[in-house]
Amino acid sequence: MDWDLVLSSIWPLLDGAVRGTIPLALVSFALGLVLALLAALARLSPRWWLSGIARFYISVIRGTPLIVQLYVVFFGLPSIDVVIPPWPSAILVLSLNVGGYAAEIIRAAILSIPRGQWEAAYTIGMPRWLALRRIILPQAVRVSVPPLSNTFISLVKDTALTSLILVTEMFRRAQQIAAFSNEFLVLYIEAAVLYWVICLVLSTGQGTLERRLERHVA
Amino acid sequence: MSPDSIAPPQPTGENVLEVSGLAKSFGGTRVLRAVDLTLRPGRVVCLIGPSGSGKTTVLRSLNGLETPDGGMLQAPAADLDIDFSRPLADATRNRLRDLSAMVFQQHNLFPHLTVLQNVIEGPVRVQRRPRAEVIDEARALLARVGLEARSDAYPAQLSGGQQQRVGIVRALALKPTLLLFDEPTSALDPELVGDVLSVMKDLADEGWTMVVVTHELAFARDVADEVLFLDDGVVLERGAPDRIFTAPREERTRRFLERLMRPF
Repeated sequence: MDWDLVLSSIWPLLDGAVRGTIPLALVSFALGLVLALLAALARLSPRWWLSGIARFYISVIRGTPLIVQLYVVFFGLPSIDVVIPPWPSAILVLSLNVGGYAAEIIRAAILSIPRGQWEAAYTIGMPRWLALRRIILPQAVRVSVPPLSNTFISLVKDTALTSLILVTEMFRRAQQIAAFSNEFLVLYIEAAVLYWVICLVLSTGQGTLERRLERHVA
Repeated sequence: MSPDSIAPPQPTGENVLEVSGLAKSFGGTRVLRAVDLTLRPGRVVCLIGPSGSGKTTVLRSLNGLETPDGGMLQAPAADLDIDFSRPLADATRNRLRDLSAMVFQQHNLFPHLTVLQNVIEGPVRVQRRPRAEVIDEARALLARVGLEARSDAYPAQLSGGQQQRVGIVRALALKPTLLLFDEPTSALDPELVGDVLSVMKDLADEGWTMVVVTHELAFARDVADEVLFLDDGVVLERGAPDRIFTAPREERTRRFLERLMRPF
C-alpha cells in the first residue's frame, strides 16, 4: 500500500467532499424536500388534475435511472439549445430525484397520523390548511425522519454519479488522481472510506434527531 | 364574574338547537333515519343505545364532522338555519362548528403540544384572542379540573383520566354555546371514570348545555334532563331519565337497559 499516495491524495479528496459532495447533497436535499412537500400535498389533493400531475412526476422520477435523468439534462437538452452547466444540472436533477422519492415518504407520514387528529383540529375551528400546518405536519415530521434520513444517505452516495456530467466532487477527484498515479485500487478504496465516514456521521445525526423528536411521545 | 373564568353563555330563552328529521347514510347503509332533537339552554341530553344505533353520528353531525344528507337544523341564537338535503357550504359548516365544542372518546389531544398549548391552540390560532388572556383562562380552567400543575406536561405523560379532563378543558376554552361528549369515559380504566364524570356533572350543574353519548347509566340518571334511546337510526323512546330507566315503554329499551345493568 502506497501510504504516501494515500496521505497526499486525502486533501484533494476531502476538498472534493467539502466543496462538492457535501454542498451538492445539502442543497439538493433542501430543494428536494420543498418539492416533496408540494408533491405530497398535491398527491393528497381532492383535485384530480393536481394529484394527477404529482402522480406523473413521482412515477417518472421513480421509474427512470438517475444516471439517465442526469444525461437527459446535461447531454440531451443542449440538442434543443438548452445548455445547463454541470453544477446547476446536478442540483436540478438531484433535487427532482429526491423530491420524487421523499414525496411518497411525506405522503405516507401524513396519512399515518390518526383521523382523530384532523377531527380534533377541525372541532377547535381550524380550516384544513391550518390543521395541516399546526397539527398534522409536526407529527408527520417525526414519523418521516427515519425514511428521509435514508433518502439523504442515498443522495450523498448518488452525488458520485454527477462526476459523469463533469461536476468535480469527491469521486471525480479520486478518478483524476487515480488516472494520474495509476493507483486505482488505493484511490477508489480511499473514496469509498470517505463516503462511508460521511454516512456514519449522518447516521449518528439521525439517531440524535430521532431521540429529540421522540422526547414527548410514549 | 372574574375575568379569567369561563361560564356557560347566558340563556336567551331561545332553544340552542332544533334538529328535525336528521338522516344519514354511509354507502348504502342508513345509520340515521329521522332523528329529532331539541336542546333548550342549560339542559343536558344523554343519547343512549346499542352500538351502531347512530348516536355518535347524531353527535358528530352537530359539530359538522359528519354531513347528514337530510333533515333540518336551526340555531336561532346563532341565526343558523340549515337544510341538510342541500349541499352544505363551508362557511355554514364553520358557523355550525363554532356553536359547539367536542370531547372525544379517545381524547384526541395533540401529542406534540403541551397541556397548556393544547388548550390555547384554538382560542389563539383560530379565534385570534389575546394570548395572555387565553393563557390566564386556560390556567384557571386547568386548576378547576385539578391539573394546574401539569400545564407543561405532554399528553403522553398523563393518565387516561387526566388526558380526558384536558380534553374537556380544551373544549371549554373555546367558549362554546354547547358541549358535545362522545362516550368520554368508554376508553378509560374503571377507576378513572369517576374523575371525568364528576367534572362533567359540575359543568351540568353550572348550567352548560350538553349532549352526551354515554353508556354510564348512573350518570345519565343523575345528570340528564332528557334521555334519548336510539335504535337503528331512530329515537325509539325519549323522556326524563327516571321514567326511561324505571318504566321504559319500549321492549327494546327495556332489553338494552337490562343488558347494561346485568351484562351476564
